[in-house]
Amino acid sequence: MAKKGWDEFEIGAMLRTFNGKIDDIAGTRQENRDYSENSSYTASVADWRLIKPVFNKDYCIDCQFCWVYCPDVSIISRDQKLIGIDMDHCKGCGICVEVCPTNPKSLLMFPEQADEETEIASWPKKDEKEA
Amino acid sequence: MSEMKKIKNLKEFSTSADRFEGANLLCPGCAHSIIVREVLNATNDDMVLSASTGCLEVCTAVYPYTSWDASWIHIGFENSSTAVAGAESMYKALKKKGRLKQPDRNPKFVSFAGDGASYDIGFQWISGCMERGHNIMHIVLDNEVYANTGGQRSSSTPIGSSATTSPAGKVSYGEKKNKKDMMTIMAAHGIPYAAQVSPNKWKDMVKKIQHGFAVEGPVFINAVSPCTTEWKFDPKDTMHLADLATDSLVFPLYEIIDGRELNITYRPKNVVPVEEYLAAQGRFKHLFKDEYKYLIKEWQERVDANWAYLQRREEARV
Ligand SMILES: Cc1ncc(C[n+]2csc(CCOP(=O)(O)OP(=O)(O)O)c2C)c(N)n1
Ligand code: SF4
Ligand code: SF4
Ligand code: SF4
Ligand SMILES: [Mg+2]
Repeated sequence: MAKKGWDEFEIGAMLRTFNGKIDDIAGTRQENRDYSENSSYTASVADWRLIKPVFNKDYCIDCQFCWVYCPDVSIISRDQKLIGIDMDHCKGCGICVEVCPTNPKSLLMFPEQADEETEIASWPKKDEKEA
Repeated sequence: MSEMKKIKNLKEFSTSADRFEGANLLCPGCAHSIIVREVLNATNDDMVLSASTGCLEVCTAVYPYTSWDASWIHIGFENSSTAVAGAESMYKALKKKGRLKQPDRNPKFVSFAGDGASYDIGFQWISGCMERGHNIMHIVLDNEVYANTGGQRSSSTPIGSSATTSPAGKVSYGEKKNKKDMMTIMAAHGIPYAAQVSPNKWKDMVKKIQHGFAVEGPVFINAVSPCTTEWKFDPKDTMHLADLATDSLVFPLYEIIDGRELNITYRPKNVVPVEEYLAAQGRFKHLFKDEYKYLIKEWQERVDANWAYLQRREEARV
């Protein structure tokens, strides 16, 4: 599809999410889908974030609360395990951190420019009051 | 009928491959998308979806992008229900004529709309769909306000809420009319299933959505959708607000079968005072001034009376 200006769309436009045919979308993981350039999956909202979630797998119990409550499909779970965060689509809302039940939390928010490895190395300890 | 997707627990649910995509333009922390994800992930069947004008539609179909991995139609503000009902009627007709290439795929027809689009502007269209008996599900993303146009009151806006067309100030405490009881109105059409859901209770949600898909005929779902922008709370607290909504019984979770039989599906162990729900939101901030505090008491009395009413109906099986 040739790129068009913002004011050059046809009335009754139809956008195709995928290039070609997919028969079983619900059975095809995102990494195996042939998204067209019209799918917002190919876009990024990373520049919306001022703060970002960092995932520390040492404390994670794979409860999947963060997966179900993330509004932006940005918690990547495979085979019932949390494997990472999709930083192109995460808007930094912080919901995943709020719903994480572990002590200390397995997800915490940090400034966008923070270094992940440094933050994981100095992760807070268990909060005894809360336990 | 195709087989129901088996979802025993959250771990199993998390193996779903989402058919709703990120990099949509909904606010960070918007509950609309949490609800949409829970609904779409409740089935593996094909879906024919529609959305009426409002935050969900505007933010997920920004040309040249779509955030939907399923057939998705948008026409106008008032007619997401009839758009999908039309598609469903055509599907039935083609099936009858033997003209479907894959007649066994059993798609689900779902219409999403805001409270403005459902309680007000699309009201007669939805009523028509319910009355004609289309095999569709209409889901209200109920944030109790016209959010997408900047926060005007709708007939879902509750008493005391400050909206741009019913602002709180020196002479007014904000919205003066009580929220319209859409569940009862929709159930009165005699539809097979009507239910109120909330995204924090994902299991209750999935169960109700799956029940809605299994029955033949129109289904009405009212989903509470805490709106960080218009309810005025921090985006990280969306699920906390949903918890307060269900646990204060401001949004009780229940279902009505065949327009009559009412079942309460969630009884909070510790009922939270309504005051806590109100205090968590900027739209009710003014109620905590001395001259308006009596409204908080009235709020609690209304919620208690509604809960008692639901329990009486459940017990009486009428
Ligand atoms: C017939 C018509 N009237 C008014 C509008 C302007 N409009 C667009 S979105 C919207 C508000 C939608 O509110 P609601 O349905 O509650 O959805 P929300 O944005 O809150 O999710 C309005 C008034 C319109 N698009 N069409
Ligand atoms: S911060 Fe928000 S968008 Fe980002 S992963 Fe967590 S819940 Fe999802
Ligand atoms: S909520 Fe916390 S413990 Fe549960 S899967 Fe997510 S990171 Fe792990
Ligand atoms: S205004 Fe409210 S409903 Fe609209 S996108 Fe923002 S949080 Fe969601
Ligand atoms: Mg609304």
